[in-house]
Amino acid sequence: MNDLIRACFSGDVRAVARLITLLENGDREAYAALYRLKDHAGRAQVIGITGPPGAGKSTLADKLIAQFRLRGLKVGVLAVDPSSPFSGGAILGDRLRMQGHATDPGVFIRSLATRGSLGGISKATHAAIRVLDAAGYDIVLVETVGVGQSEIDIVRVADLVVLVSVPGLGDDIQVIKAGIMEIGDIFVVNKADRDGADRVVREIRAMLELQAQLRRGQIPKGGPDTLAARAPEFLHHTGLAEGWEPRADNESGATGKEESITTPTPGVRPGAGTVSAALVNQEAGTISAALTIAPVLKTIAETGDGVKELADTILNHFETLSRTGELERKRLESIRYQLGQFVSNEIAHLMSLPELAAAQDELARKVFSRKMDVYSAGLALFHTIIEQGASHEHPQT
Amino acid sequence: MERKIRVLIAKPGLDGHDRGAKVIARALRDAGMEVIYTGLRQTPEQIVSAAIQEDVDVIGLSILSGAHNHLFPRVVELLKQSGAENVLVFGGGVIPEEDIPFLKSKGIAEVFGPGTPTSKTIEFIRANLKRPLN
Repeated sequence: MNDLIRACFSGDVRAVARLITLLENGDREAYAALYRLKDHAGRAQVIGITGPPGAGKSTLADKLIAQFRLRGLKVGVLAVDPSSPFSGGAILGDRLRMQGHATDPGVFIRSLATRGSLGGISKATHAAIRVLDAAGYDIVLVETVGVGQSEIDIVRVADLVVLVSVPGLGDDIQVIKAGIMEIGDIFVVNKADRDGADRVVREIRAMLELQAQLRRGQIPKGGPDTLAARAPEFLHHTGLAEGWEPRADNESGATGKEESITTPTPGVRPGAGTVSAALVNQEAGTISAALTIAPVLKTIAETGDGVKELADTILNHFETLSRTGELERKRLESIRYQLGQFVSNEIAHLMSLPELAAAQDELARKVFSRKMDVYSAGLALFHTIIEQGASHEHPQT
Repeated sequence: MERKIRVLIAKPGLDGHDRGAKVIARALRDAGMEVIYTGLRQTPEQIVSAAIQEDVDVIGLSILSGAHNHLFPRVVELLKQSGAENVLVFGGGVIPEEDIPFLKSKGIAEVFGPGTPTSKTIEFIRANLKRPLN
């Protein structure tokens, strides 16, 4: 096992692939050996790419790989696709879009099946990131499964999340819902050559501005009067204000360029635009403005339009994260989560041992025959697990 | 714990017909395998490189262009060169009966022509894996 790990650290592709397989299969020895090596972690920039199925995540990843390679960076990719809940099998098709990089020694692409995990990534994803990090990849791109509204595990493992959206998925209510829209560090509206791309950009930006203002306490929570007063502005940003009409030049805007939030968007009513600009300028005066308003970019992944700018934005944003201490906070939070996961996994492992399974079975029978209630039986089982855990010998100790 | 069988389904050569490859991919998925599909017009180098990064047990090659006698053996040869000879390689597509002995002599474990029931392919894979399932 140690030979395998050493081979990984020297960048041996077969060893890296083999170790990821062992981790995916839950090999306890592999986990123990990997996590014990503290000094090899934390160099890679871990970038999550998430968004709904068909948004263009894989194609965007393909083009991003090319951009990072142009900058001389080695790229590891973990592409997650769902396992069948029925057969346990999977079709892993993300790689198909990235095969152009298959023979580039500076790129390593691995497809992972979710194997029952529901949060958008697989259980082994975090460990696989560590392997790629240790093997010397400068960037680790993690592409999640196509997500809906609440698969947000990617924030637990990535330093930075790119949320990919496309025109035509829904109205502005979708962007203010809780869940997935809260985890983006960078927002991308892909397929920007389609109708309605600018509208999506505006809706996302309006959501982000509102969020920043709420955080700043500019709109008191639970203050319906204030909210009502601000409603026209919000509507104006989403392009829903009365009298708003799209203009041709607005829809044909160049991709990749983040529309400046301090400039009134073309095609909007002048009055409202001025108010908004003033508010935004006020925000720009505070130090953390760069972090509170996430960039919103347009791309056409298929042609590569806007991807260079996205790559620049990602690298700049990562730099900002590390400069402001935000990266440290995120990684600490991620480690806290990993520790929690570790404990859950250990308990699950203990419960699968024959003696514990027997105890569980016995308690279940007692509950069934009404000799015990679920609560007391559960507590009894929990204490048995803790005792077993203390005495049980396993590689982590 | 039994691990998952990982399979790479690839289309070497220049034909654009991937229906058969997709049917096989789907059947193997339904048999509980993890199937990586790499798409059309792959070079043997791309296929072998992907197989190694994906750490697959099996490569299934589908070809309808007629270049199988060149491309299939090349995949096996590249696997050997990379020290990955424990990968089972099988082929499918439109392949004349008389070419099959040659392909087998070059390390292609089996060739499944049109009309082969998918269950036969699945059984073949399970029975001929070169790495144990634990």
